[in-house]
Amino acid sequence: MSDADIDPHGEVTVDRLALADEFAGAGAAGEGAVASADVAEYALRLGDDALVLAQQLGMWIARAPELEEDVALGNIALDLLGHARSLLHYAGTESGRSEDDLAYWRDEPDWRNAWIFEQPNGDFAHTIARQFFVATYLFELYGDLSSSTDPTLAAIAAKSMKEVDYHRDHATQWVLRLAGGTDESRRRMITAVADTWPYVDELFHDDELVERLASDGVAVLPSSLRERFDEIVDQVLAEAEIELPTGRTAFIASGGGRRGRHTEHLGPLLAEMQVLARQHPGASW
Amino acid sequence: MMSTPGETGTESWPLWEVFVRANRGLSHVHVGSLHAPDSDMAVRNARDLYTRRNEGVSIWVVPADAITTSDPDAKGAYFESPAGKNYRHAVYYTKSEGVKHL
Amino acid sequence: MTSPADLSVVENEAGQALFDDLIAKDSRIEPRDWMPEAYRKTLIRQISQHAHSEIIGMQPESNWITRAPSLKRKAILMAKVQDEAGHGLYLYSAAQTLGITREEMMDQLIEGRARYSSIFNYTTPTWADMGAIGWLVDGAAICNQVPLCRASYGPYGRAMVRICKEESFHQRQGFEILLELMQGTEAQREMAQDAVNRWYWPSLMMFGPPDDQSPNSAQSMAWNIKRFSNDELRQRFVGMLVPQAEVLGVTLPDPALRFNEETGEYDMSEIDWTEFNEVLAGRGPANAERLRRRREAHENGAWVREAAHEYARKQAARAAAEVA
Repeated sequence: MSDADIDPHGEVTVDRLALADEFAGAGAAGEGAVASADVAEYALRLGDDALVLAQQLGMWIARAPELEEDVALGNIALDLLGHARSLLHYAGTESGRSEDDLAYWRDEPDWRNAWIFEQPNGDFAHTIARQFFVATYLFELYGDLSSSTDPTLAAIAAKSMKEVDYHRDHATQWVLRLAGGTDESRRRMITAVADTWPYVDELFHDDELVERLASDGVAVLPSSLRERFDEIVDQVLAEAEIELPTGRTAFIASGGGRRGRHTEHLGPLLAEMQVLARQHPGASW
Repeated sequence: MMSTPGETGTESWPLWEVFVRANRGLSHVHVGSLHAPDSDMAVRNARDLYTRRNEGVSIWVVPADAITTSDPDAKGAYFESPAGKNYRHAVYYTKSEGVKHL
Repeated sequence: MTSPADLSVVENEAGQALFDDLIAKDSRIEPRDWMPEAYRKTLIRQISQHAHSEIIGMQPESNWITRAPSLKRKAILMAKVQDEAGHGLYLYSAAQTLGITREEMMDQLIEGRARYSSIFNYTTPTWADMGAIGWLVDGAAICNQVPLCRASYGPYGRAMVRICKEESFHQRQGFEILLELMQGTEAQREMAQDAVNRWYWPSLMMFGPPDDQSPNSAQSMAWNIKRFSNDELRQRFVGMLVPQAEVLGVTLPDPALRFNEETGEYDMSEIDWTEFNEVLAGRGPANAERLRRRREAHENGAWVREAAHEYARKQAARAAAEVA
């Protein structure tokens, strides 16, 4: 055996790996599980949250503060894109639409993501503030949803929860570093938390759909996550010595994403995402 | 005393050496290095950079300047001693050939 | 008595002898070995240029992450561009073992003092460019890189082993993008052929000038850094492309291209080295844009890097105070 034959990194067995299912949860309920109208709508909400966020994080790649962070944000974006694909795939089973039909051929009023996900990247502190709040929320959500009575949702949630756990950790590490770093980073982190906070409330709004689904054990009532969310957020922000906005400056955005009402940011985001696909109706890629 | 090559002590994010255990039952093996501001971030960066394809189940990160290496200039002499001590190897003992369970 | 100056002469002679011996045996040089200054400089230049190419090379593709026409393609592209960041990091680490810091290399890059592969100064106006880059540019890169896994400098070879393994999917995904397009609508087929027309010649230029005009090649081959000549690799690459182009149904834009039974090689038109030199001299379609974008990312990130550094300093000071 010559020098050149020795693999200095040990065997990487990827090529021989049995490839995991591309869509988490597909097959969890047996082949061809079809979502009911309610479940499809619910999966659409979760899927749109994940896709819009993945789209935003994708914009950071080749623009991050350090190369290691390009890789980290790329991993997080890829995780979220994976969640979105699984959820949209499932949502589409109700109407016979594919993940791409749903991603590329719906207009703004048909999108169901909450507003926080469509808020722009801003500077790195704003991206981190958004990541911190949503990953904390998603971790609690997927944790509970992994025992959903709907086997497909439960399987998607179980996989997603493990990945979101890392997203939460990543964001927490950066909140602490930016808040406890230089004067400039602290100022930016405080601004970012204040700017993002108004959009947190909408994540915990219940409505008829989730109440209906939650009573069957299919969905998680968003309001039931609030206490745990606040506890973690308070803990991290206390360590970061950042106070949440209170009193008259404490805006709370009305929200409305679940009903298809959006802020000014979603339109341009979708226009960019969908432009090529819509230039070639019916084409396959 | 020498740290690993590459560490200069001048960079604001220092250099870390990364070791990955590919699977249970195996040693951690050096896979490369990276930059990180501190150990918490170093281990996370290592996860993102060196285990994107299921390459590991455990990671060590070590500040490059914390590693002490043997004196590189003396490498020939330093590792001369084992040469000639063939009696440390089983193949040296030929008379027992053919005897079972030895 | 030997003076220090004499001693270093003796050391250098011994070092050179050991170095020559290792090269002759096709063994590996490791970081703390004695090595000729020119060998070190050549490697620093080559590895850092290679690293810069990975980092700058993220841009023409990241341009399409937000607009990828399907979610599957979006995921693939994102993973690929992310790999390129990783490959840049592996290579910067390898260069760093030769006595240059990543900060110094990054400064050289954003101040325009370093080179990177000229191919990334071309633009990516259409989606088909993602296919052409994967098939042609990554294809050419792989031809160049596989022999580098056996480069005489240990850390470089090890970085290349890892990179080659990870890149095995890059060329395939590009090929598949083009294949989908060629099997698609008329507009898609035109898009694919147009991209192949634009990327074919630049990808052949990636192998560098012809052998008789490549002054540094002989020394790099003597040092076992380079294993095959520019023209050999170019021939090998074209030989792989021709049957692949047939599968795709695209036309390679060289009317003179044909296999010559007598020489056993492909005859091809003259490469337009004027264009190559123009791009190299900074007059390509996107030289300024690529550097500006890299500089912006680096400068916009400065406050974040400083914050993390300062936080680490404070934490260490706090820990030290607690012990005291």
